[in-house]
Order: sequence, then structure tokens, then C-alpha cells
Amino acid sequence: MSEISPALRLARTNKLIAKYDKESKTIFGFWVYLMTDCVLFASLFATFAVLRHNTFGGPTAADLFSLPYVLAETLALLTSSFTCGLAVLSAQQRHKNRVVFWFAVTFLLGATFLALEINEFHKFVAMGDSWRRSGFLSSYFTLVGTHGLHITIGLLWMAVMVAFVIKRGITDGTLKRIRMLSLFWHFLDVVWIFIFTIVYLFGVIKV
Amino acid sequence: MSSLRADDVDVLVSRHQPEQATLKGYVIGFGSSIILTMTAYLLARYGLLDKPIMVALLATLALAQFAVQLIYFLHVGREFSPRLKLMVMLTMMLIVFILVAGSIWIMNSLNGRMMNTKQMVQYMNNQNNL
Repeated sequence: MSEISPALRLARTNKLIAKYDKESKTIFGFWVYLMTDCVLFASLFATFAVLRHNTFGGPTAADLFSLPYVLAETLALLTSSFTCGLAVLSAQQRHKNRVVFWFAVTFLLGATFLALEINEFHKFVAMGDSWRRSGFLSSYFTLVGTHGLHITIGLLWMAVMVAFVIKRGITDGTLKRIRMLSLFWHFLDVVWIFIFTIVYLFGVIKV
Repeated sequence: MSSLRADDVDVLVSRHQPEQATLKGYVIGFGSSIILTMTAYLLARYGLLDKPIMVALLATLALAQFAVQLIYFLHVGREFSPRLKLMVMLTMMLIVFILVAGSIWIMNSLNGRMMNTKQMVQYMNNQNNL
């Protein structure tokens, strides 16, 4: 370092700071989008909270939901959130193959979650308990379905991201996008905590 | 200008970098999330407490997991000032609270003012007599 003149060092430092500031700004913008998405979920949660007892003679939450099944869904999503974090960690260390591997694992776990959810929806609809049955079921399908739609979009994004990483490697640009994808994925896991608790656990407890 | 040493540069630059992820953070976050989820699940499935206590316990566990994931997965609070991420999040939590609590309050209040079926039939009969 001693060979570099102070002026050059200052110039390089300023360049690096400008680069990081730009990246942080983009990520912050994405964060603001995620926070506005909270309002969408909050409205659906409020609707569900208001309508959850309006079963219109149809099945109640306790009749419909199987807790072990929902626990399997939850653990799949939670583990996928963790492996997504490991992908970010690998990207920070510029290990291209590890990033692809951890995203593949995350994708499979996310797809498992989605498959379990679609299977559950299919089962309810086949029994005649679709969103047309009662106010409770309308709000249930809308809330959980919106989360499922976000997961589907997240999976698509992840597939594109992996193709991107394979083609271009880990550059500053891909690292930034990986950070945003991971924010999106962790955010969906956070929303699921509340769906798991409010929709499923609160719905099933009796006494 | 000559006082800009390599150490200073590192500190200066690191304050502008997006929050760096660490393996330790993810392991702590994942471990505690699993424990909190399993506790909530076992409590809901086998816990034989009164419903209000149960609801309070499960809500506390959910909020604890929310906090854990915010800190260890979403890295909230790890940024340097001005903590814009945190500010936006707190504002949004306030909006979410007003939206959810307000909706429930208003709808319950309306529900409490509704006529029951007997009153409704009587009201309709009175309307016919006019």
C-alpha cells in the first residue's frame, strides 16, 4: 500500500464508496417495495380475522386443517429460507458452484412447499369446500393463495437467477440481485410465520 | 489527505457496503426459528391451557420468531445510520397495525349493532303493516 500515493488512494476509496452507495440504494428501493407488500398482506389478514367465524354451516378451521401437514409445509419453507441464506453467503465469497447448489436446494424445498399447498387446496376443493363455500373459506383461500402466488414468482425468479449465475458468474451485478432475491424469500418466510400462527394454530386450538 | 491510512479506508468503506451475511447469523436464526416453530406446534397440538392464555402464548412465540428472522435473515438493525431500512419498516408496522386493529375494531362494533334474526323478522313485519 505504501507505493500508492495518497491522492490515488483517496480516488480509489471514493470510487468504491460510490459503487457501494449505488448498490445499497437499489437494495433499499427493493426493501421499500417489500414493505408496501406488507400492506397487501395486512389487508388480507384483516379480512381473514373478520370473516374467520363466518362458516355459513360449512366446515370450520378445526374441521379442515391437519397440523402435522402444515408443520411439514412450514419446516420446508423455513429450511429453504436458511439454504437461501447459505447461497448469499457463498455469493459473497464468490463461490459460483456453491451458489448454484444452494439455490437448487432452496428451489426444491420451495417447490415442495408449493406442491404441499396446492395438494391441500385441491383436497379442500374436491370435498366441496372451495372459496365459494363460506366467507371463512373465501378469505382463507385469498390470504394463503396470495402467499402461494408470491412463492411461485419467487421460484421463477430463482430459476432465472441460477441461469444468470451459470452464464455470467458472480459479478457485482449478480451479487446485488442475489441479495434482493434473498430479501424477497426471507420476507415470504416471515409472512408465513403469521399465516401459520393466525390461520392454522389459532384455528385448531380448542379447549 | 496523507492521513488517510489503510485502516481508515476499510472502516469508511465498510460503512457504505450493504450488510454482510455471516454463517453464524444464519445458523442462530435457523436454530431458534426451528425451536420456536416446534414449541408453538406442540403447544397448539397438545397444550391443554385456556384459550386466551394459549392465544397469548402462541402470539408471543410468533412475535419472537418474527424478531429473530428480522435480525438474522433480513439483517434489520445491522446497517449504519441513517437507518432508513429500519425507519421504513417501523412506519410500515404502524400502518399495518392501524389497518388490522382498526378493521377488526370497526367490524366487531358493527357486528355488535346488528339485529338478531328475531328482531329482523319483527322489523320486517312492522314494515309490512305500514
